[in-house]
Amino acid sequence: MTDVNQPPLLSIEHINKRFPGVRALNDVSLTFHSGEVHALLGENGAGKSTLIKVLTGIYAKDSGDITLEGRKVHIKNSQDAQNSGIRTVYQEINLIPTMTVAENLTLLDQPRRFGMIRWRSAHSQAREMLARVGLDIDPNSLLVSHSIAVQQMVAIARALGSKARLLILDEPTASLDSDEIARLFGLMRQLKAQGMAIIFVTHFLDQVYAISDTISVLRNGSHVGTFKTRALSQTELVGHMLGKDLDMLQHEQRDITETEEKPVVLSLSQVGKTGMLKPVDLNLRQGEIVGLAGLLGSGRTELCELAYGAARSDQGSKTWLGQSLPINTPKQAIEQGMAYCPEDRKHRGIIAELSVRENLILALQSSRGWWSRIPMAEQQAVVSEFIERLSIKTSDMEKPIGELSGGNQQKVILARWLVTNPKLLILDEPTRGIDVGAHHDILNIIRELCEEGMSLLVASSEVEEIVAFAHRVVVLRDRGKVSEIVGNQISQKSIIQAIAQ
Amino acid sequence: MRLKRSMRWEARTLAPIISLFLLIVGTALVVPGFLRLSIVDGHIYGSLIDILHRSTPTALIALGMAVVIGTKGIDLSVGAIIAICGAVTAVLTASTELHPLIVLGCAVLAGMVCGLWNGTLVAVFGIQPIVATLILMVAGRGIAQMITGGQIVTFHSDFINAIGNGFFMGLPARVVLAAVIIAITVLVLRKTALGMFLEAVGGNSEASRLVGIDSKLLILMVYVFSGFCAALAGVIIAADIRGADANNAGLWLELDAILAVVIAGASLSGGRIYLGLTIVGALIIQTLTTAILTSGLPAQYNLIVKASIILLVLLLQSRVTQNFIKTRVQAFRRSSDAQ
Repeated sequence: MTDVNQPPLLSIEHINKRFPGVRALNDVSLTFHSGEVHALLGENGAGKSTLIKVLTGIYAKDSGDITLEGRKVHIKNSQDAQNSGIRTVYQEINLIPTMTVAENLTLLDQPRRFGMIRWRSAHSQAREMLARVGLDIDPNSLLVSHSIAVQQMVAIARALGSKARLLILDEPTASLDSDEIARLFGLMRQLKAQGMAIIFVTHFLDQVYAISDTISVLRNGSHVGTFKTRALSQTELVGHMLGKDLDMLQHEQRDITETEEKPVVLSLSQVGKTGMLKPVDLNLRQGEIVGLAGLLGSGRTELCELAYGAARSDQGSKTWLGQSLPINTPKQAIEQGMAYCPEDRKHRGIIAELSVRENLILALQSSRGWWSRIPMAEQQAVVSEFIERLSIKTSDMEKPIGELSGGNQQKVILARWLVTNPKLLILDEPTRGIDVGAHHDILNIIRELCEEGMSLLVASSEVEEIVAFAHRVVVLRDRGKVSEIVGNQISQKSIIQAIAQ
Repeated sequence: MRLKRSMRWEARTLAPIISLFLLIVGTALVVPGFLRLSIVDGHIYGSLIDILHRSTPTALIALGMAVVIGTKGIDLSVGAIIAICGAVTAVLTASTELHPLIVLGCAVLAGMVCGLWNGTLVAVFGIQPIVATLILMVAGRGIAQMITGGQIVTFHSDFINAIGNGFFMGLPARVVLAAVIIAITVLVLRKTALGMFLEAVGGNSEASRLVGIDSKLLILMVYVFSGFCAALAGVIIAADIRGADANNAGLWLELDAILAVVIAGASLSGGRIYLGLTIVGALIIQTLTTAILTSGLPAQYNLIVKASIILLVLLLQSRVTQNFIKTRVQAFRRSSDAQ
C-alpha cells in the first residue's frame, strides 16, 4: 500500500498544454508513488491521453515541471522517457506481429558482438524478460501465434525492460476477456509489490475498484481531484467524471410530460451480440425519445448499431410496428423507415469529397435506387430547404462537405436522414465535437421531430442533455443494460446513480 | 456566390484542358501543317485525326480505369485483358467460320469474365485491388499465349479490320465506337444516380453502407465494366495489326490509363470520377507522343520529354501550386482594390 510520507516517485506540477482552439491540459498537478496503482479516469477529451503523451515525450508541454525522485527532468522525446524509467503499453499493441517473441523483446537493444546479433544471448535475455511477467512461452514462437492477452503481456515485458520505474498502461484491458484480465491484474499486483509505480488508464469502473489504490479524475483538461479508492463511492466517482455535483442536482425540474401509451415502433427482445453487447430488451414508442446513458465503452454505440442493423445481432429478435421482421442490414432498416447518425462522423457519416448536396441527398437517393435519379431541380429545392431549416452554414451547396465545420457537417448528416422522413431516428452522440450554437440548434431539432411524432433513440455521454429531452432513459454499463428510468424519475442524479450502481 | 462556385469549377477542371490546348498550339508552331485537315474520298485525314485514332485504346481503358479508381480501386490487368481479347478475336476469326459479330461478342464476353474475376477478388474476398488485379496482369498474358498457342496469330476479316482502320461517316470507325461508349457511360453515370453511388463508395464505403448502398455489387460491376472497356481496346488493337500478339498487345497501357485518370485530377484514394477530363488526359498523352515523333526530335528523347511534360501538368494541379496561385491572385486583387 502507498505510504504518503514517502516522497513521490514522479510528480508533475502545473502542466499546461494547448492545441489550436483547445486547452488540452489546464494546470494539472499530480503525484505518483512507487508501489501504487494509480487509476487515471475521465471521459473522452478529458486529457488522459494528452497527459500520457506529455509524460512519454510524444508531446512537448507548454509549461509546468516534471520531477522524478526530487530531480527535475526534461522529457523531450520518447528516448528521454525511456531513460527516466517511464514505460508505456498502449491499447493497440505496438509490437510486430510477424516477428518472434524474442525478436520483439530485444528489438531495441540486441546483444551484439562485432556488429552481429548474438542470438543465443538474445534468447536468454528474452526468456528472463518473460519470466519477470510470469510468461512461460517459447521465445522463438511467432508473436501472432499467441492470444491478445499474451501479446499484451509480452508488450509489458518489453516495456519493463531493465530499469522501468513507472509503467503506464493505457486501456490494457479493452480487448481482454475476464480470465485474461485476472491474469493481467495478477501481474500488476506482482509488479506493485516489487515497487513499480503503475498508471492505469481505463473506462471500466469495476476494474478501477478491483486493482487501483488511488484515483485521479480529469475533466476537460483539468484535474478534478485525486482520491483514495477505498474512500470514494462509485456514485461520487461518476459524478466527478461527468462534472456533476450530486447535491446541487436535487431540486432540478423537468418540464417533459410523459407520453401516453402510444404504439410501439421498434421492440428489441433479448437482442445482443457476443463480445459486443449482452442481450437487451427495449421498446420504442411512437413520438417518444429514449435516451441511452452510460460511460464510454458501456455499450451505447453497440446498442445503436444492433438496433439499426449496422452490426448483425447473433441473438434475440426484433419487432417493427408489431411485426416480427429481420432487420439485419442498414438497407432493411431504411426500408422500414429507420435512420442512423453514427457517432464517428468523419469515418462513418460524411463522404468528405462529395458536396453538401450529394451528402444530403444520398440516403433518399439510395432508398429510391440508382435508376430513378432525383432530378437536379428537385435535389436543389430539397437541399436549400434543409439548409435553411437547419440553418446550415455553407457558402453554397456544391462545396465539399469536408470543408464545413463539425456542427454544420452534423446538421447535413441529420438532414440526410430527415429528407427520408423516417419513423425512427437513431442518433449516437449527436452533439459531440460541435460548437455551442450548433449544439443548441440540434437539441431544438430533436424536440421538434419528436413533437411531429417521430421516435428517437439518442445515445449521449452528456447526462444533462438526456435529462433535457428524454421520456425514458436506458442506462448501460459494461456492455449491458442495467436499468431503465421512466418519466418523473429521470434526473441527472438518478442516471448517475444508475450508472454507478 | 455564383462567382465562387464557377471558380471552384475552373481550378479543378481547367488545368488539363488548358494543357491540351497549349500542347496542340505549341506543336502546331513547331510542326507546320499539324492543324491541317484534308478530305480524301470523303474521309478526314490529318495529324489531329491521327491523334484521335491512336488514342482510342488508351481512352477506352482510361474510361474504365476512371470508374475503378473512383471507387478507391485500381485495375492493373487491363493490358493483359487486351492481350486475351485480342487473342480470342484472332483465333476465332482465323480458325472458325463464326460470324464476326459473334467473334466480337466472344471477345467482349472474355473481357467481362476477366473483370468479373477481378471484381470477385476485390468485392467478395476483400483482396486489395492492386494485388487482386496484379494476379491477372501476370497470368493474363499467359492465358493469351495459351489461346494463341504461343504464336502471333494473323487473321483477315473485312468486318473486324474495319473496326481497326475503317471509316464511319468520314471519321475513323474506332473513334466513333469509342465516342459512343464514352457518351453512353457519361449518360448512365450522370443521368442516373450510379455515378454518385460509386463516388460515395469510393469516398467512404462505411458511410455508404450505412445509407443502404450495396457497395459489393457496385464494386463488382465496376471491374466488369473495366474488363468490357479493355476488351474493346483489345479488339481494336488486334484489328489494327490484323493479328494477336500475346506478349506485346496493350503492353504497359494500364499505366497510360492510370496516368490519364490522374491528369484528369482524380485522386487514387477514390471518391471522384471525371470521365470527360480522363479522355482529355488520354488525348494529352497521345498528343505528346505524336508531337514528339512528328517534330523530328530524336526518338531517344521521347520518353523523357513525355514524362517531363506530364510532370508539369501534375505540378500545375497540385494543391500546393494552386494555393500559391490563389493567394497570389488574392494579393494582387487586394492591392488593385486599394488603388
